[in-house]
Amino acid sequence: MVNTEIKLKGLTLKNPVMTASGTFGYGEEYTDFVDLADLGGIVVKGTTLNHREGNPYPRMAETPKGMLNCVGLQNKGVDYFIETIYPRIKDFDTNVIVNVSGSNIDDYVVAAAKIDALEKIPAIELNVSCPNVKQGGMAFGVTCSGIEQVVKAVRDAYHKHLIVKLSPNVTNIAEIAKAAEAAGADSVSLINTILGMAIDAETRRPVLSMVTGGLSGACVKPVALRMVWQVAKAVKIPVIGLGGISSATDAIEFLLAGASAIEIGTANFIDPAISAKIAKGIVEYCERHQVNDVNELIGGLIV
Amino acid sequence: MKKISDFTVVGKQSWRRAACLRLKCDDKLPEIRGGQFVHVRVDGGQQTYLRRPISIHDVDYQNNTIDLLIQEKHEGTKILCGLPVGSKVNLVYPLGNGFTMPENDDEILLVGGGIGIAPLLYFAKTIKENRNKKVSFLLGGRSSDDLILLERFREVGEVLITTNDGSLGECGFVTQHSLWNMKKINKIYACGPMPMMKAVAKVAREKDIWCEVSLENQMACGIGACLCCVENTTEGNVCVCKEGPVFNINRLLW
Ligand SMILES: Cc1cc2nc3c(=O)[nH]c(=O)nc-3n(C[C@H](O)[C@H](O)[C@H](O)COP(=O)(O)OP(=O)(O)OC[C@H]3O[C@@H](n4cnc5c(N)ncnc54)[C@H](O)[C@@H]3O)c2cc1C
Ligand SMILES: Cc1cc2nc3c(=O)[nH]c(=O)nc-3n(C[C@H](O)[C@H](O)[C@H](O)COP(=O)(O)O)c2cc1C
Ligand code: FES
Repeated sequence: MVNTEIKLKGLTLKNPVMTASGTFGYGEEYTDFVDLADLGGIVVKGTTLNHREGNPYPRMAETPKGMLNCVGLQNKGVDYFIETIYPRIKDFDTNVIVNVSGSNIDDYVVAAAKIDALEKIPAIELNVSCPNVKQGGMAFGVTCSGIEQVVKAVRDAYHKHLIVKLSPNVTNIAEIAKAAEAAGADSVSLINTILGMAIDAETRRPVLSMVTGGLSGACVKPVALRMVWQVAKAVKIPVIGLGGISSATDAIEFLLAGASAIEIGTANFIDPAISAKIAKGIVEYCERHQVNDVNELIGGLIV
Repeated sequence: MKKISDFTVVGKQSWRRAACLRLKCDDKLPEIRGGQFVHVRVDGGQQTYLRRPISIHDVDYQNNTIDLLIQEKHEGTKILCGLPVGSKVNLVYPLGNGFTMPENDDEILLVGGGIGIAPLLYFAKTIKENRNKKVSFLLGGRSSDDLILLERFREVGEVLITTNDGSLGECGFVTQHSLWNMKKINKIYACGPMPMMKAVAKVAREKDIWCEVSLENQMACGIGACLCCVENTTEGNVCVCKEGPVFNINRLLW
């Protein structure tokens, strides 16, 4: 028997596999394909204090081995989540983690405090890739001072496991991760989508309604892996790795690079059963390599 | 219940830029409504990463087969149209809401343009199982070459045709067919290119006829998880893959 349990501060995962925010709905969309009990956790849709209609269609473009999206955090707001969605999903036999976004610090704090009161939500994942309206739309997560401000403020209001999800659209992600750690993050997850763009040469117009969008899927994996490795060396708190993971082998690579857990995003669209398959594949890898405990793999890269 | 299953291509009919594939599955098929679609994985493409949404054209529960009618657009649909008999394809299905069943005494018209005729065949068959009134199709194309599989539609109901060049049926667009002045219709189901559906919706509004259309928005997940496929409606942005692809025109902003 391989031990797959991963213990993060105040958050125990039965295995390192979680699903990424914005790609797995509220979990309910996938129950025909996956037994959620087979997963370490699910991170549900980005939730903001107030209702957001999101960006206009078209919101996506297919790219080589990936996709761009500019969904724009469409959601009905944290109160709707608490009243309508939480009762439906709170008894899933896995960790249900809420991804929290905002366009100013107060919004983050109020939303996080409301979720703090929900008994069955053991953690939040703070999405700091959103534009800060007070800073002319620059994302919180692209400067050390921006991330420090938002993480400190949320840390005071939120008492359970606080994951801070980092943006890859920065020059030195290790510095940003250290700033999140210093401000009180219990763990960091990375990467969020990479800013990209698509043009239709025939019409000479942008493909996405917002012109630019976030790149995800298999094509981003090498970038994500490199960033996870750099961050894992720079911080003491656990790192959750994601970005293009599409197979158990991909997941193992992230663990070896230093991730304590991983999230599956865009790959869910290609195979809606992939998350549970990856959890199983990790165990098979351990058996094949005579590894008794998944924890032994974390940071096990031989250089 | 939605499924993910491997199918084998067991039959195929091809045209210049389209193909009808008969796909067989070892599992028993779940119940499928007319207007629902499958999400097909395209293997081996240079550019194809995501699945492709394709309407369910016909279903045979006895033989566990689903027919897809596919028009070549770019790489994904070209690969699908080129699949030889014996190849495997992976489907996530059945997805979406499907068309609303008409009442017994409704006078209905199924309007299809181009490859948009695809979902109408199976939907018409399910209507016929529930009532014995005749089903009428009004199918439009640029020329007679565009109108394929007419014999299959004729087995199920009356087929009226328009072509832009007059090479088959009446000359003009579907909305210009003489039937609109002759027949009393109280329910329209339409699927086809956007300009066609908008024109049909306009006629329906003018004549105060109940009308459903099937939208073709770009999709990533196909199951309501990613919010990429939204249509702006009277209730705001809603997922076409889950709450659609079929919408009553009263909910749409066009
Ligand atoms: C509910 C639904 C049912 C459909 N039923 C059929 C059918 O029965 N027969 C058929 O031939 N076609 C159907 N389509 C359209 C079909 O999905 C597209 O033609 C196909 O995805 C194009 O893929 P491609 O690789 O050839 O083109 P590309 O242009 O290379 O595709 C690039 C990306 O855009 C998407 N895309 C491009 N055109 C469309 C489109 N018209 N609709 C949605 N996504 C698109 C693709 O899925 C892919 O993600 C349907 C679409 C929807 C949404
Ligand atoms: C359609 C879509 C919606 C997303 N929405 C969110 C979101 O609401 N909050 C967030 O933190 N990340 C969001 N993401 C980013 C993913 O969670 C993930 O960080 C990214 O896609 C990289 O992982 P992947 O390559 O495995 O998909 C979204 C991604 C996609 C494709
Ligand atoms: S395609 Fe993902 S929600 Fe419709």
